[in-house]
Amino acid sequence: MRSARGNIANFFFLCLTAISAFLVIAIALGIFLVLFKESYPAIEKFGVIKFLLSSKWDPVKGVFGAAPSLVGTLITSFLAILIAIPVALGIAIFITEIAPENLKGIISIAVELLAAIPSIIYGMWGLFTLAPIMAKYIEPALKKLFSPIPVIGLLFQGTPLGIDLLTASVILSIMIVPFTASVARDAFNLTPSVLKESAYAIGATRWEVVKDVVFPYCKLGIMGGVGLSLGRALGETMAVAFVLGNINRFPHSLFDATTTVTVKLANEFTEADTDLHLASLFYLALFLFVMSFVILALAKIFILRAKER
Amino acid sequence: MIEIEVKNLNFYYAGGNRVLKNISMPIYKNKITALIGPSGCGKTTFLRCFNRMHDLYPGNRYEGEIIFQGKNILDRSIDLIELRTKIGMVFQKPTPFPMSIFDNIAYGLRLRGIKNKKELAGRVEKALKEAALWDEVKDKLHESALGLSGGQQQRLCIARAIAVEPEVLLFDEPTSALDPISTAKIEDLIVQLKSKVTIVIVTHNMQQAARISDYTAFMYLGELVEFGPTEKIFTNPDKKLTEDYITGRFG
Amino acid sequence: MKGIGRRKLKSNLAFFVCFLMALWGLFWLCFILFDVLRHGITALNPALFLNDPAPPGFPGGGLRHAIVGHFLITIFATLIGVPIGILGGTYLAEYGRRSKVARFISALADIMISIPAIIVGAFIYAIMVKPMGHFSGWAGAVSLAIIMIPIVVRTTENMLTLIPWTLREAAFALGAPYHKVILQIVYRGASTGILTGIILAVARVTGEAAPLLFTSFNSAYFSLDMSNPMASLTITIFQYAMGPYDDWHTQAWGASLIITVFILILTLAGKFVISRRFKH
Repeated sequence: MRSARGNIANFFFLCLTAISAFLVIAIALGIFLVLFKESYPAIEKFGVIKFLLSSKWDPVKGVFGAAPSLVGTLITSFLAILIAIPVALGIAIFITEIAPENLKGIISIAVELLAAIPSIIYGMWGLFTLAPIMAKYIEPALKKLFSPIPVIGLLFQGTPLGIDLLTASVILSIMIVPFTASVARDAFNLTPSVLKESAYAIGATRWEVVKDVVFPYCKLGIMGGVGLSLGRALGETMAVAFVLGNINRFPHSLFDATTTVTVKLANEFTEADTDLHLASLFYLALFLFVMSFVILALAKIFILRAKER
Repeated sequence: MIEIEVKNLNFYYAGGNRVLKNISMPIYKNKITALIGPSGCGKTTFLRCFNRMHDLYPGNRYEGEIIFQGKNILDRSIDLIELRTKIGMVFQKPTPFPMSIFDNIAYGLRLRGIKNKKELAGRVEKALKEAALWDEVKDKLHESALGLSGGQQQRLCIARAIAVEPEVLLFDEPTSALDPISTAKIEDLIVQLKSKVTIVIVTHNMQQAARISDYTAFMYLGELVEFGPTEKIFTNPDKKLTEDYITGRFG
Repeated sequence: MKGIGRRKLKSNLAFFVCFLMALWGLFWLCFILFDVLRHGITALNPALFLNDPAPPGFPGGGLRHAIVGHFLITIFATLIGVPIGILGGTYLAEYGRRSKVARFISALADIMISIPAIIVGAFIYAIMVKPMGHFSGWAGAVSLAIIMIPIVVRTTENMLTLIPWTLREAAFALGAPYHKVILQIVYRGASTGILTGIILAVARVTGEAAPLLFTSFNSAYFSLDMSNPMASLTITIFQYAMGPYDDWHTQAWGASLIITVFILILTLAGKFVISRRFKH
């Protein structure tokens, strides 16, 4: 009798845990379906290709296109990653290969604290502190340095106001550095020490060991880390919302204000007064969700493969 | 002729644990010297002193001297990179680098500044032939080394080590992860190599030591119990402890 | 052997660059923390904690409404998200361990941890705010809970897998049914680890602003009613920082300081708990 009751209780607990676990699938699926349903009016009106390629975003006329905000999202994210990767790898190498034991702990904790600071703080700090510095010192200097060079010079045209693509990317990069660094550090730590030793044993210097053995060995893990960071950067809202403006146009230079999917959502979602406007915003959200989901999933696969070895 | 002379070597791991106690012995040129003893006796630790592998981890400390080419290689002024090009090492587990077969062997050569493609190719081929691996891999030199079998990978590591033409080669239980057939191949290879290099090999397998080595050192609890020609150690040891170990009474 | 000198120089140079990179990272941390502290501290006074907002332009307003609102939303998010997360993690590590579906959910949870937070806000807007007809504290709490669930699921799973299987076998051998083994033995062994996971999850959602934008929205009034729009510190920062008044900017820095200090303390506490757990 007692064991029968035990069985029922056990079964009940099993169901409870299983439901909770499957809730993760339900949420993921739910987000996709709900976003799809809510954006359906826009999908019906604009289709996929037209919505993706159109650069008009005019709530008054009811014409909506995703191109500028998607382009803005991609550019800011890639720029941020480009700035963040060398710094993050440097930090990871410093922590795993060179730092003495006590310094290792301090830097690790600092990096984790940097990762814990909420994005809204980065955003506000960017608006009040970084943007003026960028406008006053860094951007004019860059302009002076690069604008005489053909082609590259085009990237540095316009008046540096601080509220632009470059500032947003810099803030985003500061935000994702700790994240990329900690994934890279974990990947480096997976390198078997006997492999490193055997490189030392044929007379490689420390840097040669890192460059020729550790890097190639951790390729998958590092790529996974970069993918994870890219996924984060794509979806980041508050850090860029302050310093990007919300201007629906393609940026022509690094000193242009533009918009991203997230910034558009943050600024317009609660103010959309037509159903089509709201549906178009949901449509943008759907694109963002699918894009970041795919990138994160690929990154996850890379990391799992790296660990399996 | 003596290649390396070990004098009163003591070794302490970080934390002060003394693992090698007053070891003195010669390593003879172009001979195979085997280090045997029960696990934990310090034979691998001893081997890793010859190329200063312990320096990779902070806090480790040597005392005494290891004289090689007229210099004490435990001296601070010794250039470790130069030392390790002269004294190569093959590890317990095969450690192919994550690159192609060709690049694995060319790696050490490139580090030494050899850029000429013809010379590289020639020396890679020579090393692979010396390691008796050439015939098995000549058609897939540019495939990943990770696709080779365990025994092939270990011969690749040997080829990698001899490609840079070291004077001394250290082997740390090179066959313990391999099957008997691969083991036999590697043993043959080691015996052939001794005409070119001086060899020190750590082995847990006494038959292996008896089969291939010219000299044997028996270690116990961080001390060198007995050193002598292999034949003498295995047939007529001076010490009771050595005899007990050889005859399998402990270990 | 002439090349060795140059190779060593190159090696040292490369590592020096890495060292500079590490300093660079530290520099930003110090810069941001210092700035938040410097500006935030000027905003700290009793009125900030005790008063509700004054009309724009008038001095003496405070953030009591946002502090309380933020606290309520976070507490309810934790109450919803943590139990579900722990139970879900339990399934992955216990009943469903090594099954394909458990591994799939585990990987999916990892992905969901990094999914854009603003998407969650849009999702909750569609399923809660729209049907109810208005923004509410509840909607905010649920969207934060949704962000928490995958985090807690994953840490719980990790912590439970660290408990050696033999411990469970020992309990089975005494005739205990599986759910009792989990509740009485496994949870006890993993409690500090799970606690750390909860602390870090709370730290993570405390700083979220994006998912609250379309859910709990904002409010200028003090309220304990979760079914109404509710102020939160993060949304207030967004509103005040973008606003035109100096007084608002100062209060936004003050709110930033409160949030940052709270999160850093939580994060360090989490680290501390886990490091003590693994020292023994």
